[in-house]
Amino acid sequence: MIQSLKRQKHKLSTPEGQIEVLDDVEAIGIPSFDSKLNDMGHSSLKPTNIEIFQVNVGKMCNQVCSHCHVDAGPDRKEIMTKETMQQCIDAIRDTDIKTVDLTGGAPEMNPNFRWFVEELRAIGKDIIVRCNLTIILANPKYNDLPEFFRKHKVNVVSSLPYFTAKRTDAQRGDGVFDKSIKALQMLNAVGYGKEDSDLQLDLVYNPAGAFLPGDQTSLENQFKRKLQEYDIVFNNLFAITNLPISRFLEYLVRSDKYQDYMDELVNAFNPMAAEGVMCRSTISVGWDGYLYDCDFNQMLELKVQASDHIADFDIKELTQRDIIVNQHCFGCTAGAGSSCGGTTV
Amino acid sequence: MKDSYYNREDLKKFGEITEWQKELGDKFFDYYGSVFKESALTAREKSLIALAVSHAVQCPYCIEAYTSDCLKKGVDEEQMMEAVHVTAAIKSGAALVHGVQMMNQVNDKLM
Repeated sequence: MIQSLKRQKHKLSTPEGQIEVLDDVEAIGIPSFDSKLNDMGHSSLKPTNIEIFQVNVGKMCNQVCSHCHVDAGPDRKEIMTKETMQQCIDAIRDTDIKTVDLTGGAPEMNPNFRWFVEELRAIGKDIIVRCNLTIILANPKYNDLPEFFRKHKVNVVSSLPYFTAKRTDAQRGDGVFDKSIKALQMLNAVGYGKEDSDLQLDLVYNPAGAFLPGDQTSLENQFKRKLQEYDIVFNNLFAITNLPISRFLEYLVRSDKYQDYMDELVNAFNPMAAEGVMCRSTISVGWDGYLYDCDFNQMLELKVQASDHIADFDIKELTQRDIIVNQHCFGCTAGAGSSCGGTTV
Repeated sequence: MKDSYYNREDLKKFGEITEWQKELGDKFFDYYGSVFKESALTAREKSLIALAVSHAVQCPYCIEAYTSDCLKKGVDEEQMMEAVHVTAAIKSGAALVHGVQMMNQVNDKLM
């Protein structure tokens, strides 16, 4: 099994190491993201409201994907405690925040994952789980996850970078495509993704290399047609751009593609996508309870410019904060935009 | 001048051709953009056609541009290679069909 960058003690495993590369705009001759916002007349980026409460319950994962911005893997032990989960529940109980988006790592590997889902449902929140699919088959104790998801009407959002084994396995590990297909069939078997069902199954497409995603609708149609060959159905496909963070940044630098990729992101900068970036309507909570503008800022340890721990959650203060931006933000503003829910334009 | 006629960085300067003839350059890029829009053919189909034609005209800039474009549009490796085989089939067919001319000439010249 490949080791995480952190285990390898790689320079790009640290936020400082990544920011040093990203901040050096002169070395690759690109404008700063700030200057692009200024061109649009924004002196800073402000939230619109907070609709999505995204919780990263830990960096532990059964996979070691080559593009992972979390640098997740079996050797990562950072896991959210039950106490911090309780603080999350208390923080949002009496707010208008309707959706809780659970991510990781493999969120299901957190020992308190199921309790957390049950408690969040009990206070009326809609739940998204970013399930990597293979976790369902990783151990018999996870085989009933489709049934658990069904029972709690969880919106399952799963990564499948391509409809062939070659490209999927190259990014996510040997055998991942076959296991993902099996897991999708298990989700379909309990009713997920079916036309007459309210059980939502969405797929996430991200390019298996240093290129931007194409048209989301066209990709969705191709995936639907190809996955029919395996009798698999799903609802939506979200096309997501790989951000130059962590392992994907390491890949870009190692393969000498960093400059070309950043050029491509900058050239594809879309002001409309910048207006609709997800950080304007999201709060991201780290495994240790700290608050961030998004999951990417979380990995760069760029905490919110407000009371920055879930214990001090102040929705009014958070809604008035300045969002922290950096060069990686070009990933969310390229082309049709990119967010955890796909394109934004 | 560089030692090589082809420089990969020149692809990024394609737009600069308008600087020395703006009217025609602008018309070309406007036309080019319209051609590749989704219409009776999908943008994906047009990208595959462009990839095949790129190989026919053996333009390294076009090959890079339309390989990237095909990847973005979700085209898989097998489909891209099949497109190149279409190029190869047409090019080799074009050579071979002239074999009939050769045969006609031979038949004409021999008793």
